[in-house]
Amino acid sequence: MAHLATLILLLPLAGFLFVLVNGPRMSERAVGAVATGAVTLSFVFSVAAFVTLLSSSSREVTVNLFSWISVGTLNVPAALLMDPLSITMSLFVTGISALIHLYSMGYMHGERDYRKFFLYLNLFVFSMLTLVLANNLVLTFVGWEGVGVCSYWLISYYFDRDSAASAGKKAFIYNRVGDVGMLVAMFLLFSHLHTLTYLSIFAGAGHLDSTAATVVVLALLLGATGKSAQIPLFNWLPDAMEGPTPVSALIHAATMVTAGVYLLVRMSPVLALSGGGRATIAVIGALTAFVAATIATSQKDIKKVLAFSTVSQIGYMVLAVGAGAYAAAIFLMVAHAFFKALLFLGSGSVIHSLHGEQDLRKMGALAKFLPLTFPTFLVGWLAISGIPPFAGFWAKGDVLTNVFAYSKPLWILGVVTAILTAYYMSRLFVLTFQGTERFREVTHGADPHESSWVMTLPLVVLAVLSVLGGALDLPWVHHSSLAAFLAPTFGYVPALGAQSTLAQWGLAAVDVAAALIGLLAAFSIWRDRVSSPRYEKSFLEHVWRWDDAYDAVIGRPLTAASQFGGDVIEPRVIDGAVTGLAVAVRRSAEGSRKIQSGFVRHYALATVLGLAVIVVYLVARVG
Amino acid sequence: MHSSLWLSLLIALPALGALGAVLVRTRENWSYRIAVATATIEMGLAITVALLYNSAVPGASTFDFAGRWVLAAPFGLAYDVAMDGISLLMVVLTAFVVWTALLGARDRRREGAFVAWLLLLTSFTMGSFLAHDVLEFFIFFELTLVPAYFIIAQWGGAQRARAALKFFIYTFTGSAFLFVGVLYLGFAHQHQFGGDLTFAYSALSATAMSSGTATWLFVAFAIAFAAKAPIWPLHTWSPISYAEAPTAGSIELSALLAKLGSYGLLRFAVALFPLAQSNVRPVMLTLAVVGIVYGSALASVTPDLKRLVAFSSVAQMGFITLGIMTGSKIAMVGAVLLMFNHGVITVGFFLLIGFMEKRRGGPMQIRDLTGWQGPAPVLAGLFTVVMLASIGLPGLSGFVSEYLILIGSFATHAWWALVATFGVVLAALYLLWAYQRVFHGRSDDPAITDVTARERWALVPVVVLIVALGVFPRPVLDRISPSVQQVIEHVAPAGVTK
Repeated sequence: MAHLATLILLLPLAGFLFVLVNGPRMSERAVGAVATGAVTLSFVFSVAAFVTLLSSSSREVTVNLFSWISVGTLNVPAALLMDPLSITMSLFVTGISALIHLYSMGYMHGERDYRKFFLYLNLFVFSMLTLVLANNLVLTFVGWEGVGVCSYWLISYYFDRDSAASAGKKAFIYNRVGDVGMLVAMFLLFSHLHTLTYLSIFAGAGHLDSTAATVVVLALLLGATGKSAQIPLFNWLPDAMEGPTPVSALIHAATMVTAGVYLLVRMSPVLALSGGGRATIAVIGALTAFVAATIATSQKDIKKVLAFSTVSQIGYMVLAVGAGAYAAAIFLMVAHAFFKALLFLGSGSVIHSLHGEQDLRKMGALAKFLPLTFPTFLVGWLAISGIPPFAGFWAKGDVLTNVFAYSKPLWILGVVTAILTAYYMSRLFVLTFQGTERFREVTHGADPHESSWVMTLPLVVLAVLSVLGGALDLPWVHHSSLAAFLAPTFGYVPALGAQSTLAQWGLAAVDVAAALIGLLAAFSIWRDRVSSPRYEKSFLEHVWRWDDAYDAVIGRPLTAASQFGGDVIEPRVIDGAVTGLAVAVRRSAEGSRKIQSGFVRHYALATVLGLAVIVVYLVARVG
Repeated sequence: MHSSLWLSLLIALPALGALGAVLVRTRENWSYRIAVATATIEMGLAITVALLYNSAVPGASTFDFAGRWVLAAPFGLAYDVAMDGISLLMVVLTAFVVWTALLGARDRRREGAFVAWLLLLTSFTMGSFLAHDVLEFFIFFELTLVPAYFIIAQWGGAQRARAALKFFIYTFTGSAFLFVGVLYLGFAHQHQFGGDLTFAYSALSATAMSSGTATWLFVAFAIAFAAKAPIWPLHTWSPISYAEAPTAGSIELSALLAKLGSYGLLRFAVALFPLAQSNVRPVMLTLAVVGIVYGSALASVTPDLKRLVAFSSVAQMGFITLGIMTGSKIAMVGAVLLMFNHGVITVGFFLLIGFMEKRRGGPMQIRDLTGWQGPAPVLAGLFTVVMLASIGLPGLSGFVSEYLILIGSFATHAWWALVATFGVVLAALYLLWAYQRVFHGRSDDPAITDVTARERWALVPVVVLIVALGVFPRPVLDRISPSVQQVIEHVAPAGVTK
């Protein structure tokens, strides 16, 4: 197991280093093959580790690599924890990454920094694996920041475009604000428990008083809102769509943005100590899910719709965590990774066929031109809308069933969000694939072409997974399910009243009804429209004016204060005081004009003379 | 116990090299060759000493290589050297900084004199870090002013005269307080114990005094060190000096001389006056966090790239001061490590800015720079690594030190640590913004070219240290820890060892 874990982690790093050193001498194809191969092997070893863990008696294996930081009572090893949760994460992270690496070989063909792209991508996978496999919070933080910086590089990949450069910076800084939360959580836990290793924290969690536990949970939540794009730190994610589409699929949909949810689930034994903390998590999740879904209804850029959809879906996951339904959160995370990666890659294929066009108003009627992208996208659309028997139906249903038992108002908000989800996705689907041809201007009259096999193969695989993904955790299977596999890692899970079979059927019916309402509404409105101020409110299109508000409340005052510091306080107040003092001392000490000459030796002489006087006085006093 | 000869060699060799460089100054390139040879041998010596160092010297002291010669007994003048884990790190930094400054920031104008001043500065700095006698420390500390002054005043930019003067007045005035403090302490010790006047470190640290006296002496010492470091609000000499000095001068000032301030604060102000701690701690901690926030805020609005590094150093010095003053072992180890890491990181910054300055000339106004990443991707990549280390990205060196300081001080002084934690966001804010404006975007300026092979090699040691100390800091931490433990046991006998 130790070797497997090390290999899973280090293969992407080896790929990164190999391309870093040999990249300039390698062909494009070779670089892509090495990078993709490294991640694919990592996936293979993850499968092997999964099989090993299933057959071993202990479900928690710690793998020590080396001692990283050790000072006094602070001991931070570079060590991995292989348990059901980390294996589940590494399976879907490496699996989806491998597919997206393959896709990128086609999508990024001919780009200026092709090699650098794969460098970043491999480094990202390494960081993401560090995040999920670490056995302590500090090492998780290494991965946490590593994925953040890779995301920064990949968002500002087209760095000569101002919007891309700004978006990258924005993502990094929003994440840093969240990091303060994660740091404070670590500091508090260390002050109280003197350890940052997960298993030791869980063992000693009982020593946390309820106030400390609540502060820790809220601090972790702040960290999660940054990385997972939740209220109040969600609005970096739509800007992140400036990056190449495979990046949006991998980092900003399937893997990195779920890290916050992973962190909260990982820390579930601490979450269990604070009911108030969990309630806050649930409310934040539900609100984000709803707000982002409303915004998604009015976006005109195909990737922006998907971005807000991601924010909204992660909101569901966070809501599930708050409700204590950790297994449901992970179930939705995995299912979402399948269908959202599929949707993003599909949209990439669409954008590719239209020479980079992302505006929904310039698409339409693409179904007949894209024979593989169209049916696979159709599957993704039905899956996210919550139509049975696709994966999204089961996963979202699992979340909503649990939330129903936790809190009725939040459940209602969840169902409304489900209607909105089906609505905005159907709008996207209609505007892209149905209706009239509006793309001729972009393609200069030519027919759009389907992409090459490296791009369509991942679509097909993800489509199959989106159909079958629900089988991971069917409501009537209790033993060999994802939930049963994960259960030992959650520690104490507060009991939510189990639903009777009848109630489950009823809730499922509500879910299906919600999906159908949204779907039908979208078809009736958008079948013969391209844009409509009535259904695309400006307030929603402009993200509830969230950026403007931050700018007015935080951005501009901070800049003004700094500017005031630079223009007034530094030169006049501080420097002025020191200089004034010097001048005063000089004048009172000596009246001579000579001292104004500006020669250093004069100042030196004056100081030494003055000193001598003081010293003589002191000697006299002490002696 | 190893021979003190090693340390004397470390101090004397650069001075000899300086002499040699001056003697051959009329022959082209010879001064430079001698200087590089001296710096290389010095680097080798420093590494050897670091490997030889034994922190478990019999007699419960972490000082190794000790040796003492009294020069003039009635005046208490002595040559006394010793090295513990803290000075060890500073010795390696000193050798490293002069070596990289010579290799990466060669200045051909009157080269003989230039490298001679640089080497002399190295000698004096080594002397300061190795002095085990308070008066001897003061003398070396004072002497560093002279070469630094001439390097700024004669090789600097357009406003070099003003910059040099400001630098001189600040640090010299600060030293006046230190001088008075040192003499007072020596006489007080003689008054208590009788015998000859002595300034031996180990003797003076046994001087008994009231907490009021300790506080005043601490303040006198701290003013000198705060001006040197610089600690807010005595920092206003640094932006202009860093900006106007030649590249090698900026490197020496920020990476090295600044550490004399923080080193002095730890070794002489904190360790000699334990009774002052409870009085001065809240003030010093407040100055530290104000420095973090203020330095970051000013770094975000300053129009000049070098001044940005200067203000960022004010913020970093705030972190170091926080770590030194909290009395937590973890934080103090972090502070010592940050002294080293910040030194390496600023070497990186100023070397790279120097390369850029060489290409387009003139002051490095941020608004005049744009689009460097396109034509100079390797330069941009190197800058990114240095920048991320400064921001505190885990896996690179800056993180380990910053993290230790924050987690250590959080346990003892949570509120100050909390404010400092926000400094982590601010660092990302001003550095990424500057990076975006300078490197992102588009430029067709033909003057912008990528780094040459020579420049690339000059940055290799910096990048290696940044990565190595981020991934595997254990060997360094293990050398610092026992010495910090000793300081803490002296300051707080009851043992605040959190």
